Amino acid sequence: METRPDSGQDRRTVVSWLLGGGVAASLASFFYPVTRFVNPPAVAEASVNEVDAGKVQDLKPNSGKIVRFGSKPALLVHISDTEWKAFSAVCTHLNCTVQYREARRDIWCACHNGTYNLNGQVISGPPPRPLEELVVQIRGDEVFISRRA
Amino acid sequence: MPATEPKNKTLDWLDERTGWRMVRDLADHKVVPLHAGTAWYYFGGITLFLLGIQVITGVLLLLYYRPTVAEAFDSVRFIMTRVEFGWLIRSIHSWSANLLILAAFVHMFSVVFTHAYRRPRELTWLSGIALLGLMLGFGFSGYLLPWNQISYFATKVGTDMASSVPVAGPPMARFLRGGDDVGAATLTRFFAFHVMILPLITFGLVGLHLLLVQFHGMSTPSGVSASRLAHMKFFPNFFLRELVIWYGVLAVLGTLAAIFPWELGQKADPFASAPAGIRPEWYFLAEFYTLKLIPSHVWFFEGELLGLLGFGLLAAGWVALPFWAAGRNGEHRARLVTAAGVFLICYLATFTILGYVK
Repeated sequence: METRPDSGQDRRTVVSWLLGGGVAASLASFFYPVTRFVNPPAVAEASVNEVDAGKVQDLKPNSGKIVRFGSKPALLVHISDTEWKAFSAVCTHLNCTVQYREARRDIWCACHNGTYNLNGQVISGPPPRPLEELVVQIRGDEVFISRRA
Repeated sequence: MPATEPKNKTLDWLDERTGWRMVRDLADHKVVPLHAGTAWYYFGGITLFLLGIQVITGVLLLLYYRPTVAEAFDSVRFIMTRVEFGWLIRSIHSWSANLLILAAFVHMFSVVFTHAYRRPRELTWLSGIALLGLMLGFGFSGYLLPWNQISYFATKVGTDMASSVPVAGPPMARFLRGGDDVGAATLTRFFAFHVMILPLITFGLVGLHLLLVQFHGMSTPSGVSASRLAHMKFFPNFFLRELVIWYGVLAVLGTLAAIFPWELGQKADPFASAPAGIRPEWYFLAEFYTLKLIPSHVWFFEGELLGLLGFGLLAAGWVALPFWAAGRNGEHRARLVTAAGVFLICYLATFTILGYVK
């Protein structure tokens, strides 16, 4: 039987590729499920368009409070007897929760000293964008907050 | 085996099966060069000692800690108020974590100023920097575990910084948080990072770091020939001195923990405003204050992204220090490295103090 001098080498190369490919495929089959596993699944949240933020008389003029708006905090501000405002309370800088400062009549983030005016616009500090404004409606003695249409 | 060593059947039996005398002989040959900067060698050992304290106190805390949003804060309060010496164990864990990072920073800067990163110790430097990163990771993940108000917002800010990195940032932040926001899944993940994943990597890297130190021997200052220096035996001479220093560190640690027990704060409330005076641990204060100063937009960039880019470049340059410290013709840019080290210390010290007082 005639054998080429490099046939053994060829066979070794093929076997090496097969072995290498097999090991690579095994590793891929181990790591793919792991990488998928550590990536948290998207959890569907009930879409909230409107929440009851409490009674009118519970929030005196020139004060604010944080209310739950779905899974996020919202800031309700009672500016004067007839004027109310509401914003997303999530600072646009690094996600902290803002608060209303009665003495300065502004909205302040304690984390990096960002300030917003009562239209949600950035006055000073590092926040890059204004706060998302929400709609306030008074029905009877209840205050409702909703997203803008 | 030295000829004068008396025969001992038990030790001979053990040596035949484990070869322990080889390890002893290696230790016998380890020496420490004596020069003006010899004292700086102790900081590596201090860091290792404090890491040991962290492991012991961490395991003890695990006996009572419960990693769920409903129970985490109360379980730490239980440790602090009901478990005998619980306040001491937790305070030692917290203080030791801070002293460990301080010791690691001192160790790193001593390596920089004595130019101990030079060829062939580049991998020792890289493994050390990776260990410092891991220690900061321990600090960041451990900070959330008591689930108090400050730690909750610190984690929100920290993970949101990650999300502002283009492309890889949002999936990275989701991976860290275990979802879109900081919550129950984040606490579970941070607990897993803190007690299992980071320790496993740390033990491997500490082993590599020590192996490399053993392999290359102790570095001598640049321009000084090791053969012209006097040496001290590591075992037992230098090691006994280390033990005395470790006792001193333990005394400082015990005093701090007893006089200034670590606070617990208030339970995290995702629907409360970030409290006034909120700030991260001291070792993140410089970055925190920098982010406070950067305006919302600089040219076309968002300030936050620009800050992160700056931190990233600074960190990359620092990691690569042994490589740019060696010039094209193999000359050592000692003065440039010293200047970079002084600059970094000045930046970190100034901004940390400003972050603390402002």
